[in-house]
Amino acid sequence: MGENLSQPFEKSSMTPEEIRKINREQRIQTIAFGFMIAITLLAFIAVGADVVPGSFAIPFILGLAGIQLFLQLYYFMHLKDKDHGWPNTFIVSGIVLVIPTIVALMLLIGVTKY
Amino acid sequence: MVREATNTLQKSVLWDWLTTVDHKKLAVLYLISGTLFFLKAGLMAVFMRIQLMFPMNDFLSGQTFNEFITMHGTIMLFLAATPLLFAFMNYIVPLQIGARDVAFPFVNALGFWLFFFGGLLVSLSWFFGGAPDAGWTSYVPLASRDYGGLGIDFYVLGLQVSGIGTLVSGINFIVTIINMRAPGMTMMRMPLFCWTTLVTSILIVFAFTPLAAGLALLMLDRMFDGMFFIPGEGGNVVIWQHIFWIFGHPEVYILVLPAFGMISEIIPTFSKKRLFGYTAMVFATLIIGFLGFMVWMHHMFTVGIGPIANSVFAIATMIIGIPTGIKIFNWLFTMWGGKLTFNTAMLCASSFVPTFVLGGVTGVMLAMAPVDHLYHDTYFVVAHFHYIILGGIVLGLIGATFYWYPKMFGHKLNETLGKIMFWMFYVGFHLTFFVQHILGLIGMPRRVYTYLEDQGMDTMNMISTIGAFVMSAAIILLVINIVYSAMKSPREGGDPWDGRTLEWATPTPVPEYNFAQTPQVRSLDPLFYEKIHGDGTMKPAEPIGDIHMPNGSIYPFTISLGLFIAGFGFIMLNMENAIISPWIVIAVGGIITFGSMALHSVKEDHGYHISKETVEQMEKEVGTNG
Repeated sequence: MGENLSQPFEKSSMTPEEIRKINREQRIQTIAFGFMIAITLLAFIAVGADVVPGSFAIPFILGLAGIQLFLQLYYFMHLKDKDHGWPNTFIVSGIVLVIPTIVALMLLIGVTKY
Repeated sequence: MVREATNTLQKSVLWDWLTTVDHKKLAVLYLISGTLFFLKAGLMAVFMRIQLMFPMNDFLSGQTFNEFITMHGTIMLFLAATPLLFAFMNYIVPLQIGARDVAFPFVNALGFWLFFFGGLLVSLSWFFGGAPDAGWTSYVPLASRDYGGLGIDFYVLGLQVSGIGTLVSGINFIVTIINMRAPGMTMMRMPLFCWTTLVTSILIVFAFTPLAAGLALLMLDRMFDGMFFIPGEGGNVVIWQHIFWIFGHPEVYILVLPAFGMISEIIPTFSKKRLFGYTAMVFATLIIGFLGFMVWMHHMFTVGIGPIANSVFAIATMIIGIPTGIKIFNWLFTMWGGKLTFNTAMLCASSFVPTFVLGGVTGVMLAMAPVDHLYHDTYFVVAHFHYIILGGIVLGLIGATFYWYPKMFGHKLNETLGKIMFWMFYVGFHLTFFVQHILGLIGMPRRVYTYLEDQGMDTMNMISTIGAFVMSAAIILLVINIVYSAMKSPREGGDPWDGRTLEWATPTPVPEYNFAQTPQVRSLDPLFYEKIHGDGTMKPAEPIGDIHMPNGSIYPFTISLGLFIAGFGFIMLNMENAIISPWIVIAVGGIITFGSMALHSVKEDHGYHISKETVEQMEKEVGTNG
């Protein structure tokens, strides 16, 4: 048992099938990464080059941020994969719990009474 | 004896305890240090009660009284209740789910030592110009750099360090419960104590992070001229209250949910019935955990945030009464028609139910936002949360101590002494805190060190103090009981209570690998199922073989020691006559911490194996014992 521990995982216990899967995963990761860089650039260009009108810029960038967050969590951090029920539960409940926190810290600080 | 066979025998006792990563030994460490902090904070409470015995008493000065209220609250919540609960979670949860250890034994040890050194740092404040004195909530601006003394720095840094410890332990429990369950132990077959531990750990992960952020902001304010909480420079003090209570309210549930779990283990065992409404209990726990995050503003009704916000949080608070009510009725129905045995553990567990209801009723009263302007900052609030904390958490803890003591230490605690202790504690507790409801309603403010004569408060304060004496006598009796039982009580086998859950299937003393063969779980209350449907022993799920164990390590100790030194260095930034430059101290601490981390990362440590022969021999020895 102990002698395999210093070997890379691929050599010690992966089948060709698994290696193929990993390679495909790597391709998806690269594409997702490229896409994420692209929408980040888009956000900068949209504001910097005055492509979208000022009033639309904020919702536009927030929309891009939403897509970005989704890609980061589901593609980069593998939440889309099988057997990720628990991480999904935790991330989603974290987001649910953080919303009232942010709302409270922005609005309910005694400046305006609600 | 071969029990301590393998690696531990080759070490000296001290070195073994400093380097241990065994969840059972860490549990004992938690238990001892938690008890010491509990006794210390309890002594402060007695001193405060002596001060309040007579009107215009001068036993304590106002400043000392402020330091005592702050340290009493801080220690009791962060450094006594939390580690005492962690002690039982550490010891029992891996046994109940049929695991050999927690998922990350190293992180478990790290969690303990971080808590320990964090607590030590807070306690050091007494020797450097006085303890923190802004209340356990440490509200700004009272705690800001303009008004708060050096004690607040100890509070901030000490809690930061011990908070990291709590956080990593919480993560560890989540991973353990999700990944390390024995075959057949599905989520819905887990004992309720494991469920409440899981929900508590989730709450820890979500609640201690805001606390860490809030403490970091306060540290920046106090030491590095930040202005988050300084109104004159554009800061906002309400933000601290929000951050603190976003942590602080879930913290209450972090403490009380494991106590619920303990009660839910003790009551079925001594009623000889399975827990009534198991599924409802599980979902009630989950709902309480979720709602615990949606109600924090009920601590801030009088701040002036506005009527709509207050109403929303008032209603959310009252909703928590529903899942809690479900639990209360399930405990009652578990006892109903059962074959009841009233020993000390069961006395604690069954009297927990009405006492907790009393605390819950005043909780709903406090949740009504308009009336809260009357209750706010009076002894009514003090009475309310002491009913929850003593009547809930402490009764749960004492019950759990009596219940699990034979598993942890191999012998029962004396029942006669235990029952006397229970009744003294119970009577003393109600004597102390029931009258405080009335004191609060007639207007006695909390956190004030004295009161005037002839305002109708003299007699009730005297009664309250007498109750505190009776309660302290009960705790002293508990300590006497522990010493007495260690000498006199007969050794017990693995299953002295005719238990239902998996921890009673292990021999006592529990071997360091817990289960020689991972058990196959076939039902809720697996051991009881085997007693009825099988031959009374757990069926193994695997053949007997070599057992892989983690090596002990001193790094958890040194990592925490480094953070302790660095934390002290940061506090020295605010000291007027520091002997050496604080930056040197911070650097030394940082080097120790990050050096230990680096060494731990670089050095490969694959653990060791207990050979099949040793396991068989050990099993034979404990078999003849038990």
